[in-house]
Amino acid sequence: MNRINQTLEKTRQEGRKALVTYIVCGDPVVDATLVTMHKMVASGVDIIELGVPFSDPMAEGPVIALGHERALANKTSLKSTMAVVKAFRETNNDTPVVLMGYANPVERMGYEVFAQRASEAGGDGLLTVDLPPEEAEPLNEQLKKVGIENIFLIAPTTTKDRAQQIANLAGGFLYYVSLKGVTGAGHLDVGSVEAKLAELRQLTDLPICVGFGIKDAQTAKAIAKTADGAVVGSLLVDKMGALAEQPAEDIADAVVDLIRPIREGLDELKS
Amino acid sequence: MTEVEKTSIDYAQFPDKKGHFGIYGGRFVSETLMPALDELEEMYNRLKDDPSFQKEFDEDLAHYVGRPSPLYYAQRWSDRLGGAKIYLKREDLNHTGAHKVNNTIGQALLAKYSGKSRIIAETGAGQHGVASATVAARLGLQCEVYMGADDVKRQSLNVYRMKLLGAKVHAVTSGSRTLKDAMNEAMRDWVTNVDDTFYIIGTVAGPHPYPQLVRDFQCVIGREAREQCLEMTGKLPDALVACVGGGSNAIGLFHPFLEDEDVKIYGVEAGGHGVETGEHAAPLNDGVPGVLHGNRTYLMEDEDGQIIETHSVSAGLDYPGVGPEHAWLKDIGRAEYVAINDDEAMDAFRDLTRIEGIMPALESSHALAYAAKLAPTMGKDEVIVVNLSGRGDKDILTVAAIDGIEV
Ligand SMILES: Cc1ncc(COP(=O)(O)O)c(C=O)c1O
Repeated sequence: MNRINQTLEKTRQEGRKALVTYIVCGDPVVDATLVTMHKMVASGVDIIELGVPFSDPMAEGPVIALGHERALANKTSLKSTMAVVKAFRETNNDTPVVLMGYANPVERMGYEVFAQRASEAGGDGLLTVDLPPEEAEPLNEQLKKVGIENIFLIAPTTTKDRAQQIANLAGGFLYYVSLKGVTGAGHLDVGSVEAKLAELRQLTDLPICVGFGIKDAQTAKAIAKTADGAVVGSLLVDKMGALAEQPAEDIADAVVDLIRPIREGLDELKS
Repeated sequence: MTEVEKTSIDYAQFPDKKGHFGIYGGRFVSETLMPALDELEEMYNRLKDDPSFQKEFDEDLAHYVGRPSPLYYAQRWSDRLGGAKIYLKREDLNHTGAHKVNNTIGQALLAKYSGKSRIIAETGAGQHGVASATVAARLGLQCEVYMGADDVKRQSLNVYRMKLLGAKVHAVTSGSRTLKDAMNEAMRDWVTNVDDTFYIIGTVAGPHPYPQLVRDFQCVIGREAREQCLEMTGKLPDALVACVGGGSNAIGLFHPFLEDEDVKIYGVEAGGHGVETGEHAAPLNDGVPGVLHGNRTYLMEDEDGQIIETHSVSAGLDYPGVGPEHAWLKDIGRAEYVAINDDEAMDAFRDLTRIEGIMPALESSHALAYAAKLAPTMGKDEVIVVNLSGRGDKDILTVAAIDGIEV
């Protein structure tokens, strides 16, 4: 069984909410990624989304877009991102890693080669922001062969029919985008998320994690009342960018400081 | 590819239902925008065959844009070059000075029918920005234009024009600070304001249905040119030449001739400092298929799939991608895509200005420069139609800077 499914099965059984964190590989310095991943796990992160930098990150707000720019300036590539996952697996065989990025680097590597390499490196899922279900079949086929889950986004604008179509293709979990906007936007509406999640529960048994706009323990907690997990990204990337000149260990510790209260907030929901 | 295979293609059937031209095109955007694109497609399919919509579009083109634009025989220039007769399709004489307005008139009508109160646009040379600001002023719509910070500098006259027209211009400082980054930023705006905002894309790129609807609006160029050429020369042209940035003026000229097998078709990309230097904007000459800005097409990228910086003296051609229909026409061999360097384009700019008294846009000068190479290889009774996509007023400061003159 894939680590994503295992992990979400376990959190569900334990009545816990999953904490999913996003950082950009190679940001703000190459050394920071691996140590941050391990420290995040130690502070209660359940799933790591590892951003694969892209020159044109259309869905990102200014904070994460800058993270991509820094990572590219550090010569991070899809290949070197996979190498980091492989290094992570040397001492961690449980925490799922989802590669999150844009279609073109995956296209360039080739779907089949990508799937093989990602699986060999120990990756568990792929989320391509600009690959909607209509265009995803050929990649899906390759991912299936190696047991990598294709994670899809569902948005506030997604109609019921589309949501059903997406749920049928998706694996691992559904990623519900909490607002109309880019990552890091500030206009989260908890009420509308609750309504939408209730609708999605009618369509699928897949776990649902919610992201975009979660900035602190309070918003994470409010969202996770109805979701299976909360995704935190811009908050961490912003902090990491500000500490670019610091030692990698310190950057990782600062991330942990941000994560701890969110973990505690989510654990208050424990049933 | 044999003649028989080529003629068997029914070009009107493309794009297919999912927006594909062969392997190109499609819809590669984040989920938030997918329903908006479905809606746009549905509305466009309904309106495009609606006679009252078509009538409104045609009347705007006639009375507001000033169509039909003339087809002009550049006799003195043709004689100098010594070969085929060169005819210029005068899109530079349109209101606002380029072909871009054909498309913004059409999309503004769509915006009006959609009931959205705000339009956004990306722009490179500023011609599409000006054309968008113009239709917004006329319809009383709020308009915001995204433009790369470097382009804001080199096309400052157009920036001021947009402001006079009441548009807000955002200088985009991310990435390479040119057209591709402006398009990223426009997409971010659209995803945030999708409920009340209509995104007017300025070329035949982007997610389906944009490449199709922009093409359809621009096809008025080719339909007119076909009729005018028949009337003036008694036959169809032997060759068509147009510059290719995203490819909207080119597809507008080419499309109505695609089934005329004897008409040779040349798209001219920006060769910058020379295709061999890597500093250019010629993805069809030196790129690979990939995914950017909502469609699969030829792109300029590195071995990791990162989009690389482009170079062209002309801001309107300075883009690492190209419309998906051109990618397909290249692969099936119906059109040939060549490149013209900065210097060659500048020479053509000067020649047309001095010999014909017509000052072309630097974008269009690329097409002219290729026609100047082609004409001497053809017979005196042969005809080339060149799309003069825009006028050169906007480029005066760039040309002056190259000449070392402060205006
Ligand atoms: C005069 C002119 N010609 C051509 C272009 C290139 O665009 P396209 O290839 O879509 O015609 C531009 C773009 O700004 C332009 O202003």
